Amino acid sequence: MRSPDGEEGLVVRKIRHGTVIDHIPVGRALSVLRILGVSLTGPHRIAVLINVESRKIGRKDIVKIEGLEPRLEDLDRIALVAPTATINVVRDYRVVVKRKVEPPREVRGILRCVNPTCITRQEREHVTPRFVRVSLEPLVYQCVYCGSLLTEKEIVEQLTGGVG
Amino acid sequence: MSEGWLGRDVISILDFDREDLEVLFEEADRMKSLLANGSVPKTLSGRIVALAFFEPSTRTRMSFEAAAKRLGAETIGFTSEEGISVAKGESLADTVRMLDSYADLIVLRHRYEGSALYAAEIAVHPVINGGDGRQHHPTQAMLDLYTVREAHGVIDGLTYGVLGDLRYGRAATSFILSLGLFKPRRVYLIAPPSLEPRAEVMMLIERLGIPAVKARLEDVIGELDVLYVTRIQRERFPDPEEYERVRGAYRVTPSTLEGAKRDLIVMHPLPRVDEIDPRVDSTPHAWYFRQARNGVPVRMALLNLVMGGGAS
Repeated sequence: MRSPDGEEGLVVRKIRHGTVIDHIPVGRALSVLRILGVSLTGPHRIAVLINVESRKIGRKDIVKIEGLEPRLEDLDRIALVAPTATINVVRDYRVVVKRKVEPPREVRGILRCVNPTCITRQEREHVTPRFVRVSLEPLVYQCVYCGSLLTEKEIVEQLTGGVG
Repeated sequence: MSEGWLGRDVISILDFDREDLEVLFEEADRMKSLLANGSVPKTLSGRIVALAFFEPSTRTRMSFEAAAKRLGAETIGFTSEEGISVAKGESLADTVRMLDSYADLIVLRHRYEGSALYAAEIAVHPVINGGDGRQHHPTQAMLDLYTVREAHGVIDGLTYGVLGDLRYGRAATSFILSLGLFKPRRVYLIAPPSLEPRAEVMMLIERLGIPAVKARLEDVIGELDVLYVTRIQRERFPDPEEYERVRGAYRVTPSTLEGAKRDLIVMHPLPRVDEIDPRVDSTPHAWYFRQARNGVPVRMALLNLVMGGGAS
C-alpha cells in the first residue's frame, strides 16, 4: 500500500486489517467515525489525522481503523459528510478495495427536510423524505416534496449531531 | 385533443411544456366561446370531481366547482378541516385514499408543501394541486398566462414585473417559473428584501434561463407590459413581527401608473388587501377581474383534457 499523501512526518503504523479513509474534508474525521458507529473509547484502535497536507484537496483529514470494514450502507452516509473521501479496505497489510465515495444522486430516508411545513415533516403522514442532488461542489440536495435546499453543513449536522 | 393531458397529475407548472400549455389555451378558447353561446356540452356527465380544500379558498375552489358543473360533472368535497375526520386526527393519506375511491379526480389545497405530490403518489386518479403551502399553484399560473395571451396576443417578448411577496406567495412563484416555459424579454422581481424569492426558486430561475433581475417599481414601470401584483402572505410568516415590518410596503395607485405604457396590464391573483388602490380598478390597466373570470374556462379546459371529456 502506498502511504496516503500528507502522512509524512506523522508516524502512524500501517494497519493489518481494517479501513483507511483518506481525503476527508478538514474537520470531518470525527463525523466519519460517528457515521461508522466507532466509539473513541470502544474496542478499535483508531488513528485520526486532522488538517494534514493533501496534493488533491489542499488540506484533509484521514482516519485509520483497525479491525473494522465499512458496511455498504455506510458508504452513502460517508459520501454525504465527506464527498471527497477515498475508502481503502486493508487485509493483511494489503489494500484489497480502494474506492472513491460518490454522493448519491437520490437519497431516500437518511436526511430530514429543513422546512417544518414540508409534508415529510408531518408525523401523522409517515412520508419517507426524498432528496435529489442538485450540486456536487458544494454539495446541495433538494427535497423532492417541498423543493427546499439542504446544504452540506446542514447534512453534516443532521448525520453527526453537530460534530464537524 | 392532446393525449398528453389525459390522466395526468397537475402538481407543478414545470411538469408541463410550452406545447402542453398551448393545447390547454386553445381548449380554453373553445370553452370560452361555448360559455358565451350558452352551449357547453356535458362532456363530463356522470363523473365526480372531489374538491378537497384544507385551506380557505374562494376563487380556486368556486371556479373549479363551476368548471366541473358546466361540463356536467358532480362535485363532492369540503372547504376546511373542520367537520371532517382530519379534525379527529385522520391523516392526509387516509383522506386521499377515501376521496380516490369516491371520485374520478381530486383537486387538493393544503397548507403543507409537497402535499399534492404526496397525494398523487397515493391516489390512482389524477390529482390537481390547488395550492400546496408556499410552493406551487399551477392552475393559477395557467390562467395567468392565458390572461397575458388574451391581453397582448403573445406571452413571448414581453417585459414583466412581479411585485410583492415573492418569498411566501405560491401564485407569484408559479407565475415567475411559468415564464421559463416561454421567452419573456425581461422579468423584474420587485420585492422588499425580506420577501425576495427563496434560494430554491432563484436556482430554478437560473436553470430555466429566465432573464430575471431585481428592480424597484419606480425604475422600471415605463418598460412593463405586465405588472403582476401579489398580497403579502401573512398566514405563512413564521414570525408575526416579520409580517408587521413589511405590511403595507408597497401599494399600486393611479399615480404609480403614471408613465406606464398605455397597454400595461395590472394582474393580481386575488384576494387583494391594500396592494392595489381601488381607484386603479376603473383604469384600462386593471385586468385582475378578467383574470379571475378566466379561472372558469381555463379550469374547464384542464378538467376536460385530464378527464378525457373530448370535444362533443
